[in-house]
Amino acid sequence: MTLSIRIIPCLDVTDGRVVKGVNFTNLVDAGDPVEMAALYGLEGADELTFLDISASSSNQETTLDVVRRTAEQVFIPLTVGGGIRSVDDVDRLLRAGADKVSINTAAIARPELIADIADRFGSQVLVLSVDARRANTESGFEVTTHGGRQGSDIDALAWIEKAFALGVGEILLNSMDADGTRAGYDIGMITAVRAISKVPLIASGGAGTLEDFALALDAGADALLAASVFHFGVHRIGDVKRYLDAQGYSVRMSADK
Amino acid sequence: MIAILDYGSGNLRSAERAFATASDNVFLTSDFNKAIEANGLVVPGVGAFSACMKGLNAIDGAHIIRKRKELERPTLGICIGMQILFSKGLEHSDGGAHDGVGIWEGEISRLNATILPHMGWNTVETKPNSTLFAGVEGESFYFVHSYAAKKEVGELTTWSTHNEKFVSAVEDGYVSATQFHPEKSGRAGLALIKNWVNSL
Repeated sequence: MTLSIRIIPCLDVTDGRVVKGVNFTNLVDAGDPVEMAALYGLEGADELTFLDISASSSNQETTLDVVRRTAEQVFIPLTVGGGIRSVDDVDRLLRAGADKVSINTAAIARPELIADIADRFGSQVLVLSVDARRANTESGFEVTTHGGRQGSDIDALAWIEKAFALGVGEILLNSMDADGTRAGYDIGMITAVRAISKVPLIASGGAGTLEDFALALDAGADALLAASVFHFGVHRIGDVKRYLDAQGYSVRMSADK
Repeated sequence: MIAILDYGSGNLRSAERAFATASDNVFLTSDFNKAIEANGLVVPGVGAFSACMKGLNAIDGAHIIRKRKELERPTLGICIGMQILFSKGLEHSDGGAHDGVGIWEGEISRLNATILPHMGWNTVETKPNSTLFAGVEGESFYFVHSYAAKKEVGELTTWSTHNEKFVSAVEDGYVSATQFHPEKSGRAGLALIKNWVNSL
């Protein structure tokens, strides 16, 4: 047998509530994060991701509380991202019960943060979240910051190469063009990043139809992250996994009942 | 009474909560005597082999594990907590070989795979007389690691595959270990934890 593909629901959390909008704006309240995490666990989620999109430091206590309460009842891996600026922030999240952290803006401003976190906790705890969009850079993909609200002029592929050298354990590749549109993952972007990536690759942004998930796997993604299609019941996690299993992908089918 | 060894490594809270689903008395400790006296000792661990050994040695952890074996008291190593039970760990970053606790003779070396870490859910090739895997033989478990043991050790070795075969669990009298994280492996993981707790 081989490693299974992973289906990862992402909960965008602000002020202790799950929200999800199109292109990170027009936020709509979608539920309690701990309840939704438990529900997704029962439905067969292979991991969970919390993204604190308010990302102000005053909110870290709220996030830590959500993480603590989730870790008490959901026994699958939990990644937390948003607003992480220091090794101490990582330490607090891991102690609260997170298994991995994802960093984005802070690493762009201060790349050595990647090495600092990897040295202290191991690269396996560190997911580099890359919010990229199509732009006129060398590879055709540009890194954005602040939840996609700001461009950086940094070439996405060059940035990912640099992050490998500093010690990231996994890449979360989020297409800001596709995010929330349900028009399909950015296949070209996944293919380009897979070609240079020796760590696991999570594709994010644009999941709509069941076929979209399969296409992203074919492009080289190891794991698929989605938010709105799950929150608003377009697909159940079990439906996605059954579809992919029937298509011949290696899928963990024993949902937690 | 189950002690989770606190030596500055691993997501101790998750381990504590997961073992608490199978036992009323679970506690974290770095105290030598408390770790010796517990009915069962869990040795968690994440990160690098040498960093884990450093943390373990700071609380005389290798001595705790060896002493418990001598006293015939069960110990369960998880992930790097399994790897450090071997005699040697090779590390990519410094190219060095680091001494482990040495319960089992053998070295921990980098997996020969294109994509590392081996991260996610994978199956195990269970054997019929396994205590740990009773009732969860066909299930998947959650792995996060780049290094592994690749030779059979102890009474019962369970294998998994990520490009190449590696040891995913060992059951050897009073010392057991899993390369995967049962505390992160959902219902199947909790069932395995229960199997170990019930065997104490």
